[in-house]
Parts: sequence; C-alpha cells; structure tokens
Amino acid sequence: MKAGSAMLSPEVKEQKWIRGKKQIRKATMVNERIDQIIDKHQGEASSLIQVLLEIQSENHWLPKEALERVSEKLHVPLTRIQHIATFYKAFSLVPKGRHEIHLCVGTACHVRGATRVLDTVQDLTGIKPGETDLDLKFSLQTVNCLGCCALGPVMDVNGKTHGKLAPSKIAEVLKNYE
Amino acid sequence: MNEILLQIDGKEVGAREGMTLLMAARSAGILIPTLCHHEKLEPYGGCRICMVEVESRGSTKLVVACVYQVEKNLVVRTRSEKVDRIRKMILELLLAHAPDAPELQDLAKEYGADKDRFEKEASFCIHCGLCVRYCAEVKKKNAVGFIDRGIRKEISFIPEIASKECWNCKECFPLCPTEALQAAFVLTRALYTSPLSNKNGCGDTYRGQQ
Amino acid sequence: MSRINSLAELEEFRKGILSKRDPNKPCITLCSGSACHASGSEEVAAIIEEELEKQGLSSSVDFRKTGCHGFCERGPIIVIHPEEICYLQIEPKDVPEIISQTIKEKKVIERLLYTDPGANEKIIHESEIPFYKYQERLVFGSNGNIDPKRIDDYLAIGGYSALAKVLFRMTSEEVLSEVKKSNLRGRGGGGFPAGSKWEGSRNALGEIKYVIVNADEGDPGAYMDRALLEGNPHSVLEGLTIGAYVIGSHEGYIYVRQEYPLAVENVNIAIKQAQEYGLLGKNILGSGFDFTVKVHQGAGAFVCGESTALMTALEGRAGEPRPKYVRSNVVGLWGRPSVLNNVETWANVPLIINNGADWFAQLGTENSKGTKIFSLVGKITNTGLVEVPMGMTLRDIIYKIGGGIPGGKRFKAVQTGGPSGGCIPEELLDLEVGFDELTKAGSMMGSGGMIVMDEDTCMVDVARYFLDFLTDESCGKCVPCREGMRQMLKILTNITHGKGKEDDIELLEELSETAGDASLCALGRTAPNPFLSTLRYFRDEYEAHIKEKRCPALSCKELIAYHIDPKKCQACMICLKKCPAEAIAGGKNRIHVIDQEKCTKCGTCFEVCPPRFGAVQKISGEPVPAPIPEEARTIIRESKQK
Repeated sequence: MKAGSAMLSPEVKEQKWIRGKKQIRKATMVNERIDQIIDKHQGEASSLIQVLLEIQSENHWLPKEALERVSEKLHVPLTRIQHIATFYKAFSLVPKGRHEIHLCVGTACHVRGATRVLDTVQDLTGIKPGETDLDLKFSLQTVNCLGCCALGPVMDVNGKTHGKLAPSKIAEVLKNYE
Repeated sequence: MNEILLQIDGKEVGAREGMTLLMAARSAGILIPTLCHHEKLEPYGGCRICMVEVESRGSTKLVVACVYQVEKNLVVRTRSEKVDRIRKMILELLLAHAPDAPELQDLAKEYGADKDRFEKEASFCIHCGLCVRYCAEVKKKNAVGFIDRGIRKEISFIPEIASKECWNCKECFPLCPTEALQAAFVLTRALYTSPLSNKNGCGDTYRGQQ
Repeated sequence: MSRINSLAELEEFRKGILSKRDPNKPCITLCSGSACHASGSEEVAAIIEEELEKQGLSSSVDFRKTGCHGFCERGPIIVIHPEEICYLQIEPKDVPEIISQTIKEKKVIERLLYTDPGANEKIIHESEIPFYKYQERLVFGSNGNIDPKRIDDYLAIGGYSALAKVLFRMTSEEVLSEVKKSNLRGRGGGGFPAGSKWEGSRNALGEIKYVIVNADEGDPGAYMDRALLEGNPHSVLEGLTIGAYVIGSHEGYIYVRQEYPLAVENVNIAIKQAQEYGLLGKNILGSGFDFTVKVHQGAGAFVCGESTALMTALEGRAGEPRPKYVRSNVVGLWGRPSVLNNVETWANVPLIINNGADWFAQLGTENSKGTKIFSLVGKITNTGLVEVPMGMTLRDIIYKIGGGIPGGKRFKAVQTGGPSGGCIPEELLDLEVGFDELTKAGSMMGSGGMIVMDEDTCMVDVARYFLDFLTDESCGKCVPCREGMRQMLKILTNITHGKGKEDDIELLEELSETAGDASLCALGRTAPNPFLSTLRYFRDEYEAHIKEKRCPALSCKELIAYHIDPKKCQACMICLKKCPAEAIAGGKNRIHVIDQEKCTKCGTCFEVCPPRFGAVQKISGEPVPAPIPEEARTIIRESKQK
C-alpha cells in the first residue's frame, strides 16, 4: 500500500505545502513578468522576436520554462520558438557569466589582427566563443562589427569598450573583472 | 479555363494559371528530379535540384521548377549542360552526408555524381525539411523542428510532444530520403526522457522497425 | 508642446525656433556617436557641463551633444561655433582650458588642432582639414549640427520642409517623378532604382502597403547607417513618410539590428517627438495623411539584411529568405506590397525633394548619381565615415581623404561590398567609384564598407575569413549555399594551414559556380565573390600557399615561424618577459632564441621588439635557421671591451 498524504503528520504536511507554494510562487513570478512583456506587445505572434529579446535582456538567458510560457500565450508552436531561439545569436539557452565579453571579428578588426587577440582571450579565459566558464565568470561571444572600427581590434565587456587591443594587452584588461 | 501555353524541352504544354513548372512538366510526362518536394506540402525551394533553365523576353535564367509559376510563351529546358552540372554538384555535396540513400544513388547514376568527391560528413540529414514540414502542415503537431542555422542546422524533436504523438504516427519516417532509421534513432533518443519510455522499452520499437 | 496643424504653422514654428537662436552665440558641439562614446565622450560631456556651470557660462554658451562627425580616428571631437574651431582627441583634462582659453578669451589651443602631416602646419577650421575638405557631406554633414534627441535642432536646419512640400504643394505623381528623375539608386547594396521600386508598389493592387527601413547593416566594417540613425534619425523618418505618401502606405517599420542600442533609443525618441508635433501619426500636419512607424529589433543574424529574410523576421520567424520570383514591392511583408530601402536611401529623399532631381543628378557619374557615405576602415590613417560624390576615384578617397596607409606600409587592396563584394588591387585604384564600375571590377558597392588592406594582409586568408563569416551566417536552407560553402571553407582553411592540394582551386571554382547560380538568395549567390575576386587579382598568393606552403604576406599562422636574428638581437629581454608561452630562452647579454616547439605564433615578440633593433623576423616557406650554438650567444658590448 502506498503511503498516501493521509498518513503524514500535520507538521510535515505543512512543511511540504509551504515548500510547494514557494516553488510555485517563484515560477509564477517569472511567468507574470513574461505575461507582462507579452501584453506590452499586444500578444501578437509577429512580435515574438521582440518579446524574446526583452526576456533575454532582463533574464540574461532563456530558460525552457520561459519558452514554453511564450509558446502557450502567443499560440505559437514550440518548434518555431526553438528555431528562433537558436537561429539568432542574441539569444542564449544557457545562463551567461557575470561578465559578457563581446570580441569584434569584423573585417576591419580582422585585418588589424583580431584573430590573434581572440586566441589570447581564449587561452586566458579557457572558453571558446559561445561558451561560459564553469564559475559563470566570463561568457565569450564573437560579434561581427561593433561599429568602432577606428579603435580596432575592439572588445566589449559588460558594455564597456576596450579598443586598440593586442595580445600583449589582454591580461591587463581581464584582470579588472572579478 | 485560363490555359497558358509554354514550351518544355521542345514540347508544347498547356497549363493552368498558378501552376508551377514542376506540375506542368509532370502533366506532360516530363520528369524533373526533386528531393524536398511533396504534393501535400507547400513548395520549399531548398534542395535546388529541380533547377531548370527558362527563357522569356530574350533573357535566360535559372529557376527552381517547384516554385516558379507558368508564364505564356515561356521556354523551359529541364536538361542542359549548366543544369546537369548543378545537379551533379548538389548530389555530390549531399552524398557526403548520405552516400547510401537509394534516392541519391539513383540520381547519382543518372548525373554521373561521385559519392566520394567530398569527405564524409557526420550527419545523415540533408535538410529536405520533409519531416518538419509534414508534421507542421499536415499533422499540425509540430513535434519536430529545425534548430540553429547554416552548417550547424539540425532537426530536433520536442520530447514532450514526441512522446505523446509519435508512437501512433510515425508518418514522417518513410518520407526521409536518407535513413528512416536516422529519424527513428533521434526519435527514440527523445523518447528516453519521457515518463512513458519505461513502458515499452524503445528497443522494442527499434527492432520492430527492422 | 502643441501639434503643428498646417504648413503655415510649421513655418511659423520654425521661424520661432530660429529667432531664439543667435548664430553668433558660442556653441560647443561634442561628437557623441558610438565610436566617440567608446573613446570617452561621455566623460568629456560631463566635464563640459560642469565647467560651464562653474564658470557661470551655462546660459551664454550652448552645448550640444551631436551625432557622429565622421572622423572617428581622432575622436572625441569638439567643434566650437561660430568660429568652427575643431579640436581633436579631447580628454576630460583639456576641457577647463578649452573653456577658459577658447570660449572666454577666443584663443586657439594649438596642441588640440589637426596637424597636416605633409606641410606640418596646424589647421584650425573643420572644413579645411583634408579629411573633410575633399568630402561632399550633403547627407551626413548635418550630424555635426544637431542633437538627435532634440527635434527642434532638426527643424532649425530646415527639417520637415520636404514633407510639408510633398503634402501640400505637390501631388504624389510629381513626387514619384522627381525621385525617378533623380535616378536615386538603393544605398544598401542592390543599387536598384528607388523610383522604380516605389512605382511598382504604388501601382500594385491592395489597400494595405508597407514601407520599411533596412537598418540591419550587417556588413562587418560598415557603420554609416548606424551613424545616420543615431545622429539624424529625423532625416530618415522624413524620407520614409514621403515614400509612404507616394505609394499609399500608412504603416512603416524600422528594422534595426539589436547591436545598435543607441540607434534604437534615438529613433524611438525621434518618433515620439515627431508624433507630439504632428509630424507623424494621424493627420500629419493637418493634411489628412496618416502614417505610423514601429521599430523592430534584429536579434543577431546577418542574413536578415536580405529583404525577404528581413520581412520574414518582421513576421516573427527565423529569418530564412524566400525564393523570390515576384518582387517584394508587389508581394512582400504579409504578402502585401512593401517598399524596403536602406537608411541612407531614405535619408537622401528629403534632399531631393527640397533641392530638386536636377540638383541631385548634377553630382556623380552617368549611372550613379548623388553621393555615397563610405566607412573607410582597416589599414588606413584616417579611419572614419566619409561622404563623397559618386565618381571620385578610390585613390583620392584612400590617399587624399584617408591619408594613406599608416606605418609606411604598402597598399595592397581595398575590399568593398562586404561579404558579397571583392577586393580591388592597386592597379585599379583610379577606378571611379560607382555601382557599375565596382561590379565590373569583380566587387560591388554594397552598403559602403571600404576596408583597406596592406602588404601584411594575406588575401587567401581574406577569402577564408569571408567564407567563415558566411557559413556562420547562412540560414542553411538551400544546398548550394550551406553545403557548397561548408566545403569551400574546408578547402580554404586547409590551404591556409599548408594542406592545400593541386586541384583545390578548380574545385573551389566549381563550387563557386554552383553557389553563384543555384543558391536561393543573394547571400549564397554572392558568397563566392570574395574568393573569386582574390583569385582573379592575387592568384600568385594562392599558388604560393598550395605549391610552396608559403604565405607571401607572412600572416597565416600555420605557415610562418618567428625567428630572432642573432645579428640584430640586443638581448633587451622585452620579448622574453612578454612571451605568453615562455618560449624564448636567453638573458642579459645572451642572445634570445625562440623555442619553435613552444611558440604559439601569437606575434607578441614581433610587436614588442623595439623598432631600432627589429630583430624578430617572420619566415615562411623555408626552414627556420637552426639556433646558434650556446657559446655564440653571449653579446660582448663595445664599452666593456675597452
């Protein structure tokens, strides 16, 4: 015979109930925010990408639950959302690190030696573009042109641009980020 | 009835407005090879193997027969040196992924394609999209979709939907031109994560297929 | 602020703004475009405001944070009006001096001026600086005079007069006729005549039509659209509204790439302010014409710059292009007639309306009228955004405006048209810039990116780089592009790694033919261009890589080795200490030797060896000289010998 909830003591039952409520509340909070964002865009399926961009921007990544919620509310198949979330580079399906490094590998920076800078950044952080390190400290991404070609090679960390880079300067720059 | 007269491979063909060159050719008994086309699905224009030469208003261009609509006085050539060269290359590129696919092998013989021209690639999938499109347009279940883009593009099943829908369906399996088993393999892997997988043991289905 | 409800009211309002502006009042304009922002213009701005406050000058001196001035190499830039004194590379510490010396005492600070490298003289006025002197900044010039966040600035320079003229003094046929007569060709890459595109949509059946601004600007190295959208968003809105009026559209979209947050911000502010003034939205200027604009952000996909992919993205899908046999100006967004034009194309429209098609057609060549904004970047002294009349030679752009190649290096090629374009070698430098001229040379105009390359750039690597870019950005739908480029990238990578084979070039040419003929969209069809153009002009480099395993530009990591010339090494220990792989052996007075096994080819030693020694060399295609024996490594200094 399975131990039904009737067999549990009132105290244990209450603990389980509180824990359950907390978990639901946590999930609901995220869902509430997602619903708000969707409503802001009038719940239109064509605004799907804009909705996901906002969630990505606030949350720094797109958890599976978020995608499922969007699919439900916008009446859009999950396959379409999955395709979009993986097709576009702006989205991440895994949590990002505290410091997001965007290294420009646009043509102008390439011609000024961005490949060697990338090699050095990879060596020093231990990750490749698209990856996050195990401590969730750094996330690395290559971008195709930040529009600061005069300062090339260029690297953006948390929105701050570091220009006129060379392999010898990278260690100095990364040292500032804990 | 609006009949549009055009010429395909020297033959006079009458077609209805809105027909594609592929449909018009078929109605006249002219075969144009296809890989991503299916009568029940919207034309995709992805494999490009149905590419033909069309001449109208003095200029020649290459178009995909599955999408291009018939025009009055159009001159269509379904075979030519250029067309054959393109088809041969497309086949060689795809054979690098699926050298054993019967459809590709037959076409390879006809166009002289060498299956060893390129080094073998890891994935069997040739991205004809038939499975994805069938599930979306015909079954309307959207159990399988595309992810990512370019050379990283893949098909991916959604485990929660697949575990509910695919057992009793599997209509996409025979559509797959490369390895029906590939589709099955991916599917069964997806089923491993569903709570139902304990019940039948995916191994049973797999062996059952053979 | 109340709505403006007629042409007369607009002119009244404009007069009102101008009457409150004294052209002789000192005004400091600070470039606050993205590049200068990255160079610290925000800090400079804060200090300027502080200093003006401190010195009690806040009401007697205007301060304007403007959009990009174009001379990005020398930012942050300040131009002081009315004298038009131009100061470059400003740091916060320069500000107090600028305020006390130049603003108060009208004295010029020499060290902040531009120095002409040839004549070694200082130039005070912006328009006399060679970088600016040879340009024709019709579209871009206004950037320096307006704060993009203040619509009044745009009105002060005559903004929205073209729209008013169109709505009240011209019929839509007349407007279309002007645009057609001007022969304005798309500035985004296709070079398609804008007038024909508009006409197609205007004549197409359907009540609902769309106008779209393509601000995806995916070509790496090109950022003119960004500067225009950030610095003068109203010019784009005005042009867009005029276009909408001509074709009969009431809904517009601006698709901006997500990597341009400042552009998105400024465009949204501009839309809001224009709506408040009645210049956008319902019943514009009381004319009865309704037009609203929505901003959509991209999400990081180059292919979405292609028109059908962009429309697919606007519909909320993955940006896969569609096979297009009916033009999108007839069947476009949501299957409806849609005119999609580039940012710069739209920004040209108000100028054409205000000044006339004949004025516009005066500039340029026979088939390429008007001006074009180029982003001049790469191995060039004066990196920045330049606007020149079509027909100016590449030589003039690169040398007269760009200041030539820095570091005394030799020019090798200029890459135009982004990943769809090609490289133009030295012998073609006198080519007059224009749509057809560039296409004939094996490249294309594209969006206007101009990447200058010197003798240190490996052209085979350039082809590989673009193929790498395109395989990453390809949507993957069609076989010729996805699979064709997959194989091309493999072959080119092997070539740059010294694994090239005899028939590689032939195979690459075959793959190029397939992709060029059979791809679904322009990305795939033009993907082979970088390879084909570098092969056409630099075949010798390909052959050296394949046959001799040598990289003539000494750039491909796998084919070069770093070597310290024992005759030149002065054992200064700089490279030894900086080498991240600790691959250099040596010491004080002991000649340094690189351990080839440990060397990662990062190039740091080459960078840091003092120029007066120049002891580090790059070797390719031949074996590295054996390290000199230990005994021979001690340097005996002359002074010690005495």
